[in-house]
Amino acid sequence: MIVARTVGLGAALRRSALVSQTGRPLALRNVLSKRSIQTQSLPPSAEEQILNSQRLKRPSSPHFTIYQPQLTWIASIANRVTGVGLSVLLYGYALAYLVAPGTFDSAHVIEFVAGLPDAVKYAGKTILAAPFAFHSWNGLRHLSWDMGKFLSLKGAYQTGYAVLGLTAVTTVGLVMM
Amino acid sequence: MQAALARASLRPAFATAARPARAFASSATRAQAVPADKPVLEKTFKIYRWNPDEPDKKPTLQNYTIDLNQCGPMVLDALIKIKNELDPTLTFRRSCREGICGSCAMNINGQNTLACLCRIDRDSKDSKIYPLPHMYVVKDLVPDLTLFYKQYKSIEPYLQNDNPPADREFLQSPEDRRKLDGMYECILCACCSTSCPSYWWNQDEYLGPATLMAAYRWMADSRDTYTAQRKEKLQNEMSLYRCHTIFNCARTCPKGLNPAAAIAKIKLELATE
Repeated sequence: MIVARTVGLGAALRRSALVSQTGRPLALRNVLSKRSIQTQSLPPSAEEQILNSQRLKRPSSPHFTIYQPQLTWIASIANRVTGVGLSVLLYGYALAYLVAPGTFDSAHVIEFVAGLPDAVKYAGKTILAAPFAFHSWNGLRHLSWDMGKFLSLKGAYQTGYAVLGLTAVTTVGLVMM
Repeated sequence: MQAALARASLRPAFATAARPARAFASSATRAQAVPADKPVLEKTFKIYRWNPDEPDKKPTLQNYTIDLNQCGPMVLDALIKIKNELDPTLTFRRSCREGICGSCAMNINGQNTLACLCRIDRDSKDSKIYPLPHMYVVKDLVPDLTLFYKQYKSIEPYLQNDNPPADREFLQSPEDRRKLDGMYECILCACCSTSCPSYWWNQDEYLGPATLMAAYRWMADSRDTYTAQRKEKLQNEMSLYRCHTIFNCARTCPKGLNPAAAIAKIKLELATE
């Protein structure tokens, strides 16, 4: 019995003994079953090597392509994109004015815009007004967070929807100006 | 109404005789009330697979269809059923099955959560299961959390006090103790850190919401006297300030905690000291 235990057959032998008592044939399968998976014995020092070779080839799991669109991070990305867009416009225009002050002074710009058809005027105004409105309101939202206000999840969502609403109203107001 | 009264008045007289009959009748109706086998409610799970033994094969989504009426209510039940009955090679971490160990954190239908706390949607839509986002994959749904744990270790997540009381435990007022509520419950499942876009892009230097909330948990502890040193460690561009108050962490936390608020409080304390 001790031998059986050390070999690890104790449970199987016990089970087959039970089966024979109830009159059914000895279930030799339990004792003689072969393992379908072969294992390989390696020294502990090989472990790290295997781990390191695996680490070299591990893929990175997918992220923003599979993450559920949520107001939280979509608003954050929008804040970044609108900020970059507005900055590019400001710096681009300033640099262009530096390079060619004759072409980009106020009088020429006003003259150029006045000559555009109405549809283009309103579309252009919307494209400028919406990012400006969103970025400004969302900036205030960030300032309120930095002062320790609205720091709950509920607060984040309420202020998020408020920013979206205010952006819509402000955009319409600016386009009508 | 009258019939009912009549029956009620008869009851004492017939009580002994009626009891066996009534018992029989009710057990008969109960036997009839047992429903027939539940209808088959099939649901397909699309599960991310990658095997380190075949590292050159690209990760794929594998479909598994199971009968929800022969399965427990949670996503972890479905995973265990799939592993037991359909594909024993499917690999995932799990332990407590009750949301306290944090092992089964994964991305289910686009949100990071614990599989054991996430109910299966009983609609006919496919359910997609990925490992935690932007982490190196060890196998299938098992991400490599080595860096995450190292970051946690780096903030020295234990009580530090050079003058412990000589003869008794540290005492703390109920108000001071309450400051730790909502932080000490963190189980380090890494759902929040791996939901954070900032952590996706900068996890080599940015500590991430879970670690930062743990850092604030010790700063806020009235018994800990190393607050200044703890703050000093975070006073650089990357460790703390990569947080842009996105709130994905608070949105996804399966324990309902709010790392974003804890990080905002660290920022406020660093700015006003």
